[in-house]
Amino acid sequence: MSTRRISIDPVTRLEGHGKIDIFLTDEGDVAEAFLQIPELRGFERFCVGRPAEDMPNLTSRICGVCPEAHHLASAKALDALFHVDPPPTAKKLRELFYCIFYATDHTTHFYALGGPDFVVGPDAPKEERNILGVIKKVGMEIAGRVLKMRAEGHHLIEMIGGRKVHPNWALPGGVSRGLTEEQRQEIEARGREAVEFARFSMQLFNQIVLGNREYVNLVTSDAYTHRTYNMGMVDVRNRVNFYDGTIRIVGPDGREYARYPAKDYADHVAEHVEPWSYLKFPYLKKIGWKGFVDGEESGVYKATPLSRLNAADGMATPLAQEEYERMYDALGGKPVHYTLATHWARLIEMLYAAERWVELATDPEITGPDYRVLPTQTPDEGVGCVEAPRGTLTHHYWTDARGILTRMNLVVGTTNNYAPISLSIKKAAQNLIRRGTVVTEALLNRVEMAFRAYDPCFGCATHYLPGQMPLTVIIRAADGTVLQRVGRAGPPAT
Amino acid sequence: MSAQGKLAIYWAASCGGCEISILTLNEKILDVAAAFDIVFCPCLMDTKVRDIEALPDGTIDVCLFNGAIRTSEQEYMAKLLRQKSKVLVAFGSCAHEGCIPGLANLTNRQEVFETVYCDSVSTDNRGRVIPLPETRVNGFHLTLPVFYDTVRTLGQTVAVDYYLPGCPPEAPRIWDAVVAILENKLPPPGSVIGAQTTVCDECPRTRNEKKIRSFKRTWQIIPDADTCLLEQGLVCSGPATRAGCEARCPQVHSPCIGCYGPNAGVEDFGARLMSALASVIDANEPEEIERIIQEGIPDPVGTFYRFSLPHSLLRRAARVPDAERHELPLPKPAQ
Repeated sequence: MSTRRISIDPVTRLEGHGKIDIFLTDEGDVAEAFLQIPELRGFERFCVGRPAEDMPNLTSRICGVCPEAHHLASAKALDALFHVDPPPTAKKLRELFYCIFYATDHTTHFYALGGPDFVVGPDAPKEERNILGVIKKVGMEIAGRVLKMRAEGHHLIEMIGGRKVHPNWALPGGVSRGLTEEQRQEIEARGREAVEFARFSMQLFNQIVLGNREYVNLVTSDAYTHRTYNMGMVDVRNRVNFYDGTIRIVGPDGREYARYPAKDYADHVAEHVEPWSYLKFPYLKKIGWKGFVDGEESGVYKATPLSRLNAADGMATPLAQEEYERMYDALGGKPVHYTLATHWARLIEMLYAAERWVELATDPEITGPDYRVLPTQTPDEGVGCVEAPRGTLTHHYWTDARGILTRMNLVVGTTNNYAPISLSIKKAAQNLIRRGTVVTEALLNRVEMAFRAYDPCFGCATHYLPGQMPLTVIIRAADGTVLQRVGRAGPPAT
Repeated sequence: MSAQGKLAIYWAASCGGCEISILTLNEKILDVAAAFDIVFCPCLMDTKVRDIEALPDGTIDVCLFNGAIRTSEQEYMAKLLRQKSKVLVAFGSCAHEGCIPGLANLTNRQEVFETVYCDSVSTDNRGRVIPLPETRVNGFHLTLPVFYDTVRTLGQTVAVDYYLPGCPPEAPRIWDAVVAILENKLPPPGSVIGAQTTVCDECPRTRNEKKIRSFKRTWQIIPDADTCLLEQGLVCSGPATRAGCEARCPQVHSPCIGCYGPNAGVEDFGARLMSALASVIDANEPEEIERIIQEGIPDPVGTFYRFSLPHSLLRRAARVPDAERHELPLPKPAQ
């Protein structure tokens, strides 16, 4: 077979590593596209033999972008493992900590990672498609607000959890330290500013993206649309919750397909292995792995900010609920399958996280002295689950009676989305690379945009890890001969 | 160095936390951006490896390299960036000592693959498919980097000029290093850029005479807020660990886990910590001492070498044939 290959490697601005290979037919149409994750670290193996209480600290090293998510999923798994129910103050403290992290992390994504595509523009030169380009476009004052928001978020994360990156705070039965009234006041004040910042960011999105017909057409174009199942954690009233609740899955038509406690994940989710990637592909077990296809008959599901909104009936805070309704009104009702609308959903979540932050910071119990109970029962097995910003995160541990790990299983945030990300890349490529189309840098960037919307974090997914080549298009004949090379820097074919 | 030195920031087997820590320089990140021409940082910028391959050797003034070396691709990138950089800094615990992912040296590739791809409760893989360096899918040829049996540090892979410890390095220490680079006040090559004291020296907790009759695991006691955690029986790595973090973990009542690596002059972190703990055990009979250690420290290797196994004198659980390790040729010099 005479095929030609386009490589995008590394896929920059994703937090972790990845490589995209697109193969073309003789006619110059897309034959196949592969997103390969070229690394693995093997936490599930080397954590065996380690003490259970080390898990919140060891597993946070799965991902330095969302260590808070691993830290808390792990602590919840330890609660279950040791059969201990943390006191209300402990649960509220963990959720408060998590909401602060969420608001901070979503800020990073919108302004530094996903934002450049929209704010600077998908066809802007590569030298400008980064956070410095965003700063240039929106001005130093706004840039200052972004930096302040991030700085304060990390400051509070450190104040509560001990460190800005890789906290050392959550334990089975609660947390290692509570809050003083003075700290609470600072957290509340920063939370009120975070609500304002999130509203401001929504406004900016409205202006720059929704105010631009070209961008709106891009968001709603078929190239960025996939009808799949959606997964997210909900509270008893089916509203989005990041820290605790029940897992709900809705079908491509938006109807509830499954609702289950997180501990039953293995009845609902299975993982498929391909020999060309170090990362596995989760799918809905009862439907089965039908390959890289979307639709009702395929077990492929998404677990993203947009998925969480699709899987829920609403948001638990007033301003976020207003924005939730506005988004679905604008995009024609639920569910929304436009991948790029994930950026919009992420901002709604940022607003919810900030509002919930204030609610918890003003809760009378938050400074309570009972932030920890000691476990008294023999540890055996436990599952812990949170919504990581990049998808539902599940930790599952087994130990001996001394609390030493005998087995571990993880289904990590980004991993959930590996199959849909692969679908999105292929489809974007098919729509953007057609017979006669000159492969330009911006075109390839739009393929990258297809998955950047997922905010994939392959450091995380590769607790599974990746590598580096240029954004160069290598067009090859079947025997490997380079027919043509189109690159950003335009180095000669070798 | 020229007014605008060229800076590269790269990650190998790592979690991304080092990049996030750089971002926590906050407004100082703008000073870094002004002081350096950032030529390569895949996490934040669209530059590709081929651009780096095309540079003349030694073009990059400073490369901050985080992450350990676990795959053939990471080894290639370590060699490439070594060749293109005047100063190569092993940035963070993974590049410095192997860090948490280095605990994989207690196992091997086969066991990792079997656990992850075959035996996981959520994996359906009856055909026991595992990732391969080369695959053909419907006629398309795909390759993956070779996954090595052993995690290596950057210094075990290429010559390293400086080490910046921490998981991740704390922002004030990153800034200290940036200032040292800009003002050309770096210590002798091969040095760790950091303090010469221990976490205990930075810790605000009160220390009395330590007499430990038993070690406690963190879930077994609620320690008091002001007394040395080791005195209360918790295994705190403070005595062996280099200062630099301002004793952050003990300040939230959690023992130091040793992420800043061994203090100056200490070759092997675990040996240093073991001797520190041995000196506080209040027992004389060897059987009694053994009992105290076995009960309170059920996983000695994971406790004493939590961050430093690849870098330690142990390096890995057992010698295994390393035949799969493909020695990659050095990158070709740019034309």
